[in-house]
Amino acid sequence: MGPYLLRRLLTVLPAVLGISVVLFTVLALAPGDPFAEMALNPNVPPEVQENLRKQFGLDDPVWQRYFRWLFAMLQGDWGFSFISRVNVDTLIWQRLPVTLAVIGASQVLALLIALPVGIYSAARPYSWFDRIASTLAFIGFSLPTFFTGLLLILLFSIKLDWLPFVYRADLSATGWEWWSQQLKQSIMPITVLGLFQAAGWTRYVRSATLDVIRLDYVTTARSKGLKERAVILKHVARNAMIPVVTLVALTMPQIFGGAVITEQIFRVPGIGSLLIDAIQRNDTPVVMAVTFVSACLVILFNLIADILYGWLDPRISYR
Amino acid sequence: MQEEVLRALVEDVRTGREDRRAFVARLAALGISAPLASLLLASAGVAQTQPAPYKPTRRGGGGPLKLLFWQGPTLLNPHFGIGAKDQEGAALFYEPLARYDPDGNLVPVLAAEIPSRPNGGIAADGRSTTWKLKKGVRWHDGRVFTADDVVFNFNYATDVATAATTFAQYEGIAAATRIDAETVRFEFQKPTPLWHRSAAVALVPKHLFEAFGGTRSRDSPTNLRPVGTGPYRFVEFKPGDLLRGEINRDYHAANRPHFDTVELKGGGDATSAARAVLQTGEYDFAWNLQVEDEVLTRMEASRKGRVVACPSGDVEVIQVNHADPWVEVDGERSSPKSRHPILSDGAVREALTLLLDRKSIQGFVYGRAGVATPNFLNNPARLNSPNIKDEFSIERANAVLDAAGWKRGADGVRAKDGRKLKLLFQTSINSVRQKVQNIYKQSCAKAGVEVELKGVTAAVFFSSDLANPDTYGKFLADLQMYAVAGRPPDPAVFMQWFVSWQATGKANKWQGVNRGRWRNDDYDRLFRASEVELDPVKRTALLIAMNDLICREHAIIPVVYRPSMYGLARQLVAPLSGWDSALSSIAEWYAEA
Amino acid sequence: MAGSIPASATAEAVLATAPLPRRSVSLWAEAWRRFKRHRLAVLGLAVLILMIAMVAFGPMLWRVQINDIDFSARLNTPTPAHPFGTDDLGQDILARMLYGGRISLAVGLSAMLMAMLVGVTIGAVAGISRGVVDGALMWLTNLFLALPQLPLLLILIYLFRDSLKGAFGPEVGVFVLVVLVIGGFGWMSVARLVRAQFFSLREKEFVEAARALGASVPRQVVRHILPNSLGPVIVAGTINVAAAIIAESTLSFLGLGFPPDIPTWGRILFDSKEYLDIAPHWALFPGTAIFLAVLCINFVGDGLRDALDPRRVL
Repeated sequence: MGPYLLRRLLTVLPAVLGISVVLFTVLALAPGDPFAEMALNPNVPPEVQENLRKQFGLDDPVWQRYFRWLFAMLQGDWGFSFISRVNVDTLIWQRLPVTLAVIGASQVLALLIALPVGIYSAARPYSWFDRIASTLAFIGFSLPTFFTGLLLILLFSIKLDWLPFVYRADLSATGWEWWSQQLKQSIMPITVLGLFQAAGWTRYVRSATLDVIRLDYVTTARSKGLKERAVILKHVARNAMIPVVTLVALTMPQIFGGAVITEQIFRVPGIGSLLIDAIQRNDTPVVMAVTFVSACLVILFNLIADILYGWLDPRISYR
Repeated sequence: MQEEVLRALVEDVRTGREDRRAFVARLAALGISAPLASLLLASAGVAQTQPAPYKPTRRGGGGPLKLLFWQGPTLLNPHFGIGAKDQEGAALFYEPLARYDPDGNLVPVLAAEIPSRPNGGIAADGRSTTWKLKKGVRWHDGRVFTADDVVFNFNYATDVATAATTFAQYEGIAAATRIDAETVRFEFQKPTPLWHRSAAVALVPKHLFEAFGGTRSRDSPTNLRPVGTGPYRFVEFKPGDLLRGEINRDYHAANRPHFDTVELKGGGDATSAARAVLQTGEYDFAWNLQVEDEVLTRMEASRKGRVVACPSGDVEVIQVNHADPWVEVDGERSSPKSRHPILSDGAVREALTLLLDRKSIQGFVYGRAGVATPNFLNNPARLNSPNIKDEFSIERANAVLDAAGWKRGADGVRAKDGRKLKLLFQTSINSVRQKVQNIYKQSCAKAGVEVELKGVTAAVFFSSDLANPDTYGKFLADLQMYAVAGRPPDPAVFMQWFVSWQATGKANKWQGVNRGRWRNDDYDRLFRASEVELDPVKRTALLIAMNDLICREHAIIPVVYRPSMYGLARQLVAPLSGWDSALSSIAEWYAEA
Repeated sequence: MAGSIPASATAEAVLATAPLPRRSVSLWAEAWRRFKRHRLAVLGLAVLILMIAMVAFGPMLWRVQINDIDFSARLNTPTPAHPFGTDDLGQDILARMLYGGRISLAVGLSAMLMAMLVGVTIGAVAGISRGVVDGALMWLTNLFLALPQLPLLLILIYLFRDSLKGAFGPEVGVFVLVVLVIGGFGWMSVARLVRAQFFSLREKEFVEAARALGASVPRQVVRHILPNSLGPVIVAGTINVAAAIIAESTLSFLGLGFPPDIPTWGRILFDSKEYLDIAPHWALFPGTAIFLAVLCINFVGDGLRDALDPRRVL
């Protein structure tokens, strides 16, 4: 395990660099122009646009721009947005707390729903509980988030008028009032995203548990007289966790830049909406910084997942 | 219309024989926009109508004002604004010399009065204008606003190294001179009817920006912490998300502003922005509601707010490609040197115009947000123009095509000389535009014209990326549809769309504005004449003639003119103008109890 | 020797009189037999085939045009003339669903199959090998996971649209491009799941037994390990179908897929969302159709897994 870990850590740096090269090239080649709207404006003569392009070095060759970016990054300078001329790390820091609070919470919610429901469904396959849970899960991931989000808004904000649907990052109240307002405005986006994730995860947990629950050692455990609960929790759950760990590791990086649609519908100022705005305006430094952090998170979480496999199933060897 | 008749009409208004509003309406029927008509009157010294009364009797006390912009501002320097939303953010803090009211008249803000010939503001030879500035105006940091600031803004914006987007608004101005602390004179290279273009530029303080001229312009910290003369002071800015301001207790107009704090939230889409104002009341104002009118009307039923449509110069058009996009000439397609094999046939263009069902498009798609118009220059539909008619007739289109020799083939599609009448129609991705495309395709099919539809994502369609084939500048299609922005309220800027020297092509890196690549010597002549014509009456006559020419020749097919649509909370009173940014009048907003 | 002495007199007699016929049964015939016993799976397969038949032949039977604009019949609830009702331009929803269903189902199923194939292959190869190959394949997977989809899509469409159209014709060219793009972004999770399964399965006794018997690595993978790792693959398949159908409509919003006037199910769902409180029938039909497709794939998948499960002896 030790040498394996060491080997993997050594490959992290070249892996990250390799991905950054590909990312940068993709962004440099993508069509679109950060100054597109200027072209629409009859007030802006072409020379002004050309000047701006030169100022931001947009006409330099790709490899030159890449190395400039790399050296700046190594010195901690993440660049600044073409569009707003704000430092990129400032932009990200501004949005990080909200992202964690809403998107992060939704992943936790998804996990809290998927694990018990999935395991219980697998313990009693084709029972009423299983059938209802499965049907709800199918509905959950057949309907896109823009749809369920809108449904919730129509129901809770417009018809019932219980919850506000525009997320405000700057609530002015304090103390209990702040918590109550924060809860009211976060509950819909968290639910929409959490339920969508939970729908898929429930199915995976159920399938993985079903695979394990039929094995001989579970029968042995039961015949030893262990209570069903102990059998499930101590023997079944741990072994069924491998696909779950894989999935969670896959989706964790999505907190940082995924969930775009939910953020748009509820106007949650998270990193996902920062990314999509930057992509649509061709604000390359922002896109590069966010996707680079996302790539690092992907590599990190997959490494953690690989290590966890070894802990969950001791038979897995890393030679 | 003859200029003598115009002159007589202006005189009638001045002496009181003709009502001002009737005059404006009559000129609108001829395709002359309201602001131009108003300018005609203003130059003759006709007094302006009084604006609606402002009711609050003290400053502040209105509580928070919450604005929802589904495209949030990303920067706060009015000279760098890319697109309308950035100007909106800056309008909270910065002010111009004058702004445009809903009728398109100039209203003084930082100026003491609007220059005109009778008060000596416009020189007799038309080569300069003199602006008197309001007294007692201070910047948010306490310094006094003077003529030096105005001169500085001119130098700052016209320095090419600054790369200011307001550059063109100072076009034609040779110099700006300070006469004294409260008077500025602009001198023009040659006499121009567009002397007022620079008036609407929001002004930034010299003492904070002079250290950051030229290439350092985007480094200034004031870009993100504005210090202006406006009714609100800066509090906080998160680009693309949130902008906050608080009341300016030293504002130069009495009893204004009414609200204590202002908050501008960005993001999301237009429909949910409408819901937030009209159905849940979470916000007081929603900007630019590009939503189907039916959906909006339904939202208004909850009576928490209302939708306001402000006349503007924006017009949605279907542009006809007069060059050939399918054949390469000198290495470029849609070259200004080529002629379109099908669309150069006037009968086809006439048929295409007849196949546009504007009434249904207005009735079932745009609603209040798009008023059917056959004119390129702004025209309310209720006044029927005697010159250009809005006609939708599939039978006539069929007759025109039959007469021109386009025979129907076995598959129902017309052909002539072995060429099928098949056209590619592109536009940006936008549910309303896609519906219009569908409607048009169906009408064309009934006349034997096959139309293939294409949608391009807006960020690509409107970009000026040289390598991309899907931009509207490249126009590698037969027809394309989008909206012409109508500001400032003088049509001279977008009448350039039809002059031959602006034909878009490789030679000008596809930056020319004549994207239809149309060429007409008569039009060129008229345009050149209108550029130098100082007499507003003569100039108006020229503009009408130009509009008639392009509409009769079907150089372009106007669809609807698009008033600016805003959503307001029930108790909010706001004089919104379609000729300026929505927040340009924010000092005048108040809430009725 | 153990086998030469008969166990009892009767045994030999039985053996002599009635030699038992030896039926050789192939894996697939056995799997099909077991599949048929799974009622829900058969039902799912039947409904799926029915849906495919309806979208394939439906437009020939139901002759209403998909873009017959009729302003007098806007937003009508279902009537005999319009069994699924009409949308806000008066177009018949049934006709649109039958026509668009071809694309939705074709894209959904093809993209899902492509993602499954690529994902299983990469996951299996990475899972069975170690060291450099695993490292390289995981780097590739991480790369795809990290890539921002929209700029990449724009580049791919821009680079390949014309050549694909030239090679396959305009419609098929766009179809191939869309399937490649959606499948290309869906395989990563499958690969990682399969790889994780392989890590734990390859240490199990039955694999070791197969190795001891001399099975080559590919045979170990295909005959022994793969059938046991299908669980997450099936689930991923169902989720991928729904995601692929919705992804196709997302592509068309960006102008990158089929033209905007083609009424695929995802597109109809999107067009209808602002009219949910006025005309819920508009959204109900495409939503139900997608749900049904997902349900069918799921039951078929469950049946497949039970059929191929080597530990079931029925």
